[in-house]
Amino acid sequence: MAERVVKRKDLREAARENLREYIVTYVFLALSVLFVVVSGRPLNDIFSQIVGRLSRNLFIVLALIIPIIAGMGINFAITIGAMAAQVGLMLVINWELEGITGLLAAAGITLPLAAFFGFLIGSLLNKMKGQETIGSLILGYFANGAYQLLFLFIFGNIIPLSDKVTIVGASGVANTLNMMGGGLYMAIDKIWSLPFTTALYGVSAVIVLASLALYFLKKISLKRLLALAVPAVFLSLVVLLVPPVYQVVKGTSVPMVTFLLVGVLCVFNVIIMRTRLGQKFRAVGQSRTVANAAGINVNRVRVIAIMISTVLAGWGQIIFIQNLGTLQTYAAHEMVGLYAGAAILVGGASLNRATNTQAVVGTLLFHILFTVSQDAGKNLFGNANIGEFFRVFIAYGVIAVALVMHTWRSNAIRKKNSLQA
Amino acid sequence: MSFEYVLEMNHITKHYGESTVLNEVTLRVRPGEIHALLGENGAGKSTLMNILFGMPVIHATGGFKGEVKVAGEVTHIHSPQAAMALGIGMVHQEFMLIPGFSITENIKLNREISKPNLVSRILGHELESLDHASMARDARAALDSVGVDIPEDTLVRTLPVGYMQFVEIAREIDKTGVKLLVFDEPTAVLTESEADQLISVMKSIAARGISIIFITHRLNEVMKAADTVTVLRDGKLVGSKPISQTNLTDMAGMMIGRGEEGIVTAPSREHALSGKVALKVRDLFVEMPGEAVRGLDLDVMEGEIIGIGGLAGQGKVGLPNGVMGLYPATGNVELFGEELPLNNPTAALAKGISMVSEDRRGVGLLLEESIEDNIAFNAIQVKKEFLTNVGVFKIRSGRSIRAHAREMIRNLDIRCTSPTQATGTLSGGNQQKVCIARALTMNPRFLFVSEPTRGIDIGAKSLVLDTLLRLNREQGLTIVMVSSELMELRSICDRIVIVAEGKVANILRPDSPDADFGLAMSGIKAQEEQTV
Ligand SMILES: Nc1ncnc2c1ncn2[C@@H]1O[C@H](COP(=O)(O)OP(=O)(O)OP(=O)(O)O)[C@@H](O)[C@H]1O
Ligand SMILES: [Mg+2]
Repeated sequence: MAERVVKRKDLREAARENLREYIVTYVFLALSVLFVVVSGRPLNDIFSQIVGRLSRNLFIVLALIIPIIAGMGINFAITIGAMAAQVGLMLVINWELEGITGLLAAAGITLPLAAFFGFLIGSLLNKMKGQETIGSLILGYFANGAYQLLFLFIFGNIIPLSDKVTIVGASGVANTLNMMGGGLYMAIDKIWSLPFTTALYGVSAVIVLASLALYFLKKISLKRLLALAVPAVFLSLVVLLVPPVYQVVKGTSVPMVTFLLVGVLCVFNVIIMRTRLGQKFRAVGQSRTVANAAGINVNRVRVIAIMISTVLAGWGQIIFIQNLGTLQTYAAHEMVGLYAGAAILVGGASLNRATNTQAVVGTLLFHILFTVSQDAGKNLFGNANIGEFFRVFIAYGVIAVALVMHTWRSNAIRKKNSLQA
Repeated sequence: MSFEYVLEMNHITKHYGESTVLNEVTLRVRPGEIHALLGENGAGKSTLMNILFGMPVIHATGGFKGEVKVAGEVTHIHSPQAAMALGIGMVHQEFMLIPGFSITENIKLNREISKPNLVSRILGHELESLDHASMARDARAALDSVGVDIPEDTLVRTLPVGYMQFVEIAREIDKTGVKLLVFDEPTAVLTESEADQLISVMKSIAARGISIIFITHRLNEVMKAADTVTVLRDGKLVGSKPISQTNLTDMAGMMIGRGEEGIVTAPSREHALSGKVALKVRDLFVEMPGEAVRGLDLDVMEGEIIGIGGLAGQGKVGLPNGVMGLYPATGNVELFGEELPLNNPTAALAKGISMVSEDRRGVGLLLEESIEDNIAFNAIQVKKEFLTNVGVFKIRSGRSIRAHAREMIRNLDIRCTSPTQATGTLSGGNQQKVCIARALTMNPRFLFVSEPTRGIDIGAKSLVLDTLLRLNREQGLTIVMVSSELMELRSICDRIVIVAEGKVANILRPDSPDADFGLAMSGIKAQEEQTV
């Protein structure tokens, strides 16, 4: 009997716990719904915008997960990964490499560059343990200075470049690099794109078949099978059978390969945690002292986490830029860390815990607000600019709140522990 | 083997800032022996072991002087990794487990078993996938060899303290190529029967040719387990001899420089108890893993010291933890006639209950803060004491905190340089004394003390008991003392409750015959009902 009472209490306690933990997410959910209604924009228009934004932003947000698990907070220095990618893209445009070959070349250049920068960032963050989040933010700003120097003076003057990327008479790399000409624009997105409905049915079918196969091979449990197959079938049926929903989604097309890359990164994030290295990330994230006493080279593990994150962020930036079609040489990287960090926090991640789902949900909510904030601002206050301010306000606000909550929570835990003894 | 000693530490000297904590200490350990290392709280035992294990704290504070030889060869151990590579394993005085990991993951931490996969063949063995099944099998075997039957996939966070200790030992046993194991006060958190179990585990390890350095404050354990004993006092070597050439009194003398302290005994008193009930517990169930309480009823009278005894795992520790709201509980509890809400530690504190938990190794102390701040912390937070008014503001009264801290330091003999020393730099035993001081500073109406003398050296032990006794006699504080040392219970308690299978088996007087205690512990009530 006693056990039953305790259980019921657990359930209520769990619900309360969930609310406490995901309060930010719920607030953003409510805000998103409100803004979508207020904006008065047609839903199908919003929907296709969101799919586009998800395709180009998810990868970068997912790049934040490993450092969080390794206990290093939000790696705002992914901005530096984005800079590395922009060096790659600029060179590719300069060399007039085309299409997917060009992007692969850019990714190839990004890898060693971002890995090297990641190594430097990681080593620096090891000198400021406990302050990594702020540290990486500052590093990002600092690197921006070096980047300007590189692109304004060193490229073009010391390292000669073609007129593809420079303006005659001016110093350094041009402000805007157009990628439309070289076939780089949407080179990944264009490989294979499907109408949303077709994509949904197709992916659902694959999920159902694959999970059935895995179930019969006894690789997954029945519960897992249902958890995978039921939502897939349900979503397809909703789109198929509910006409208003169909109307909203039907005009949208989905860049399949881009989302495939995102999927691969999700799987990577899960799989790496099941390796020796992943176990080290988790151990170091939970207790540096214990990890060290177990003979783990804590500093090295932390550097690796940042290196992986920086490289992934660089590749994410390539996906982002190819979708936009122009590279704002001096601005494209600036908000990368801030927006990605805000997105994952909106999804309910904290400075020491993050999952793929949180990254995806957070990116979704954050970008819904982004998409409709201008119109909502116009309708609410008669001024579209307010919507623009609102975006930046949200991004900084979420991060500030997360930092405060983190400090507050760790103090609360500290206090609770000491009251117990 | 061409060496006589598996470990030689010669002329080790270590300074922490101004103070010399080790002075020309020498320790020599033979292969396959159990070597006891004794000394008062703060004598330098843990420091010596930290040097051996290359702990970062040593090198961050200026290193040490002296020579370390492992298996006859001079070595320089700069990191735990280096120590491990030499076959040295260590069970630290503070827990070195990751709470969010399972037992298996902790045992195999950094020694995971893994299978190569496509990626790892290219990028190296760091990326091999974990072989959870084999890891679990090894963990199971290691747990079995230390006699722990908890499932290996249990999260360490949910384990009772005693089990954590065994998990750490299982981890060391699971390592291959180990030559020397250091156990820094492994029995401090164990009950007597668990300690016996541990000693037999140690003996079987030593029989495999692995040497063990064993730090403890319980001299009878030394007599039972050790082959050789080395004693430190104030950072100096007092002596080292085979166990056959010494005895309890001799060892105690070497440790504190005089004969063994007599244990405190309270003058027996006929019940001068008020007859009012201080704590009324009815039908209490506590879900504490390994120490569950199942339907316990008990009345604690105002002004008494009541002891709670019983074997490990029978639920004696669950009682204070349940009443204080630290583990999920159901039932009815009244404190001084008012209902006490369960599962709410803050409410319990606010109602004037204080608790010294059995689980106090490092946890709960703010390690970077000073001794005086730690002592005053709860009283400031909960009771708004030690504050003075400055205009409309209340600020901490540094002077009264200092004065109070000095008194506590004197009463409990906390070995420190000053009240402003950070608690993190105290020895383990002295940290525990700070925990006790903090609980007493709450001026509680009602005090739970769980295992108050664990990890505290024989000299300071009687000080702690003395302090409890004085608070009871002078201020009428009602005390519930949980202890696995019957001697200790009998020395100061008015009544002793024996808990078995989560219920009260019997309530005995301190002078009841040994046989009655024995029966009660196995859950049998003595024929002659002894309701005191
Ligand atoms: N990091 C540190 N900084 C300064 N002093 C320290 C530090 N660590 C330990 N000390 C001091 O060194 C002395 C020896 O401490 P040590 O922990 O070795 O004692 P111990 O013999 O293990 O005692 P116990 O039985 O209480 O565990 C103590 O006086 C302690 O205050
Ligand atoms: Mg010690």
